[in-house]
Amino acid sequence: MSPESTNTYRAGPDERGHFGIFGGRYVAETLMPLILEVERAYGALRRDPSFQSELDYYLTHYVGRPSPLFFAERLTARFGGAKLYFKRDELNHTGSHKINNCLGQILLARRMAKRRIIAETGAGQHGVAVATVCALFDLPCVIYMGKTDIERQAPNVFRMRLLGAEVKPVTSGSATLKDAMNEALRDWVSNVESTYYLIGTAAGPHPYPAMVRDFQSIIGNETRAQLEVAEGRLPDTLVACIGGGSNAIGLFHPFLDEPSVRLVGVEAAGKGIETGEHAASLTGGAPGVLHGNRTYLLQDEDGQITEAHSISAGLDYPGIGPEHAWLHEAGRVSYVAATDAEAVAAFQLCSRLEGIIPALEPAHALAHVAKIAGGLAKDHLLVMNMCGRGDKDVFAIAARLGISL
Amino acid sequence: MIGASAGRIARRFALLRQAGRGGLATYLAGGDPDPETFRALLAGLPKAGADLIEIGMPFTDPMADGPVIQLGNLRALKRGMTLVRVLDSVRQFRLGDGETPIVLMGYFNPIYRYGAEPFAQAAAAAGVDGLIVVDLPPEEDEELRGPARAAGLDLVRLTAPTTDDGRLPLVVGTATGFVYYVAITGITGAAGATEQSVRAAVQRIRRHTALPVAVGFGIKTPAQAAAIAAIADAAVVGTALVQRLADNLDAAGNARPGLVDDVLGFVAALAAGVRGARGTRRP
Repeated sequence: MSPESTNTYRAGPDERGHFGIFGGRYVAETLMPLILEVERAYGALRRDPSFQSELDYYLTHYVGRPSPLFFAERLTARFGGAKLYFKRDELNHTGSHKINNCLGQILLARRMAKRRIIAETGAGQHGVAVATVCALFDLPCVIYMGKTDIERQAPNVFRMRLLGAEVKPVTSGSATLKDAMNEALRDWVSNVESTYYLIGTAAGPHPYPAMVRDFQSIIGNETRAQLEVAEGRLPDTLVACIGGGSNAIGLFHPFLDEPSVRLVGVEAAGKGIETGEHAASLTGGAPGVLHGNRTYLLQDEDGQITEAHSISAGLDYPGIGPEHAWLHEAGRVSYVAATDAEAVAAFQLCSRLEGIIPALEPAHALAHVAKIAGGLAKDHLLVMNMCGRGDKDVFAIAARLGISL
Repeated sequence: MIGASAGRIARRFALLRQAGRGGLATYLAGGDPDPETFRALLAGLPKAGADLIEIGMPFTDPMADGPVIQLGNLRALKRGMTLVRVLDSVRQFRLGDGETPIVLMGYFNPIYRYGAEPFAQAAAAAGVDGLIVVDLPPEEDEELRGPARAAGLDLVRLTAPTTDDGRLPLVVGTATGFVYYVAITGITGAAGATEQSVRAAVQRIRRHTALPVAVGFGIKTPAQAAAIAAIADAAVVGTALVQRLADNLDAAGNARPGLVDDVLGFVAALAAGVRGARGTRRP
């Protein structure tokens, strides 16, 4: 599948889970039959109208969808160019877009008669969303979280425990998201019969990247309909932050075949790409194989995975979803990066001007918007995915600003 | 009888069959705990009784391994081990041993980064006989299978308790060298499977392939190795050896005097167990 041989960017992955050379199913043999079972089950589910109506019910009445599309008037005036809209997925129940995917997958796990849920989490947003749906459907769950992340995301750890989840600290490696994912895979390989692995981003072995994208595409589909009502046309530019890339692919996917829509993914540049301390896999990495898929990875000459750095725990991952790797090479999406400092500035600006405290993850997207909006025409429609709210980050921001709470 | 043109792996299993016993395969992470100590361990393994040597290609993220082997990988990396240096240690081993088969075991990313084709060529030239790549199931191993075959390397496939009869033909169909049965659904270092379940699994695998079957994961003692070697063509011991090695490190992670003798002594005990076992292998 290459962009030259098809006239659509939306046909992937192929039947073996590949987006061009990316994606695939690079897992131990013990897991392979299980991965195939998830693929079969999901394939049947997506054609089942009763599943879609069940999902719609919970998205409406439990999550609170559709999330609003909000004209950010003061920021628009401040930047002095493009008309800026926020897709407000931070208003979802649990405070981020993660719940869209968790609901879809928990319904799948129930239909597969799995009795136990495991997940990895970085910032804790996915962990909270998993713990939430597990409470709702009365399933025990274990959340793997790096020890470093547990320290910088204490409120979310407590939230998960309140919801009844067991949070297991991971101390191996750099004790962040990648290590939490290793540990979740080790748990899964040890509990294949009973357990469903609820992956939180559009990465991992096939069918996860496609499945998570499908569940997150509600973001882009709603945006399209809402902007049609508000402005009577398609957006000109979409901007979203990228860690694994689930909120971005969810926003972008419905627009991939609209050539007039410019798509921009914003990776975390940490202390600056040139310092080597960043989490920008596409900007500063190379293709490789990790966590079940081939994609761009931060790695050294010997193929050893290097540590990512970002002030945002949710972007602190040395890889990226395989569909983004493919869209990058196909040139359909532009991938840029924003530093810790730029994200913190955007975090403060958004809080003051719009009364919205953004999560540090979308603050990276806003940092890029701040760079480009002023140079765009006033009738240029720019939509940014406000994919999470910043309550979880206030302690980290206070510490950075030298304020003790 | 034993074709001179057959590779070391085939020759070794043929010899074991003639001797009427199963073999002992040992695993150590390449370069653990430091390059020099590792070279000494490697050189001593055949005499201690290892019939087949597995060398781990160190990786930062060994997803199928338990804490003991994870630490072994990290120790090696910390001392500057790379894939290139693993091949160097094999080349050096071959100066003194032309017959003991060597199989490299690990994860795909370092190989991919090196380049599958140049890596297969370099590994064969260094004296490697086979590869086990944990995260490369048959669905994804085409890009390594061709280069490995061209270089004369066996690509050993893993089968697991979850690999059912429907899937086994796919897994063993294009395997070469031997088949590695992962005896438990779990990571390395976990509790072992029962003799009964291993026997049933080995019989099931043999209905699908004429290749030798090695069994690993959860084999920790000479008695367990003996029991498995009586059922299968080889028993693989990894975690227990790496743990024995770790027991001989000081607080700073440096090898204490006597490490090599102690680890090789344990290998000798395992080998004695395996050699004492009389199994019911097929003729």
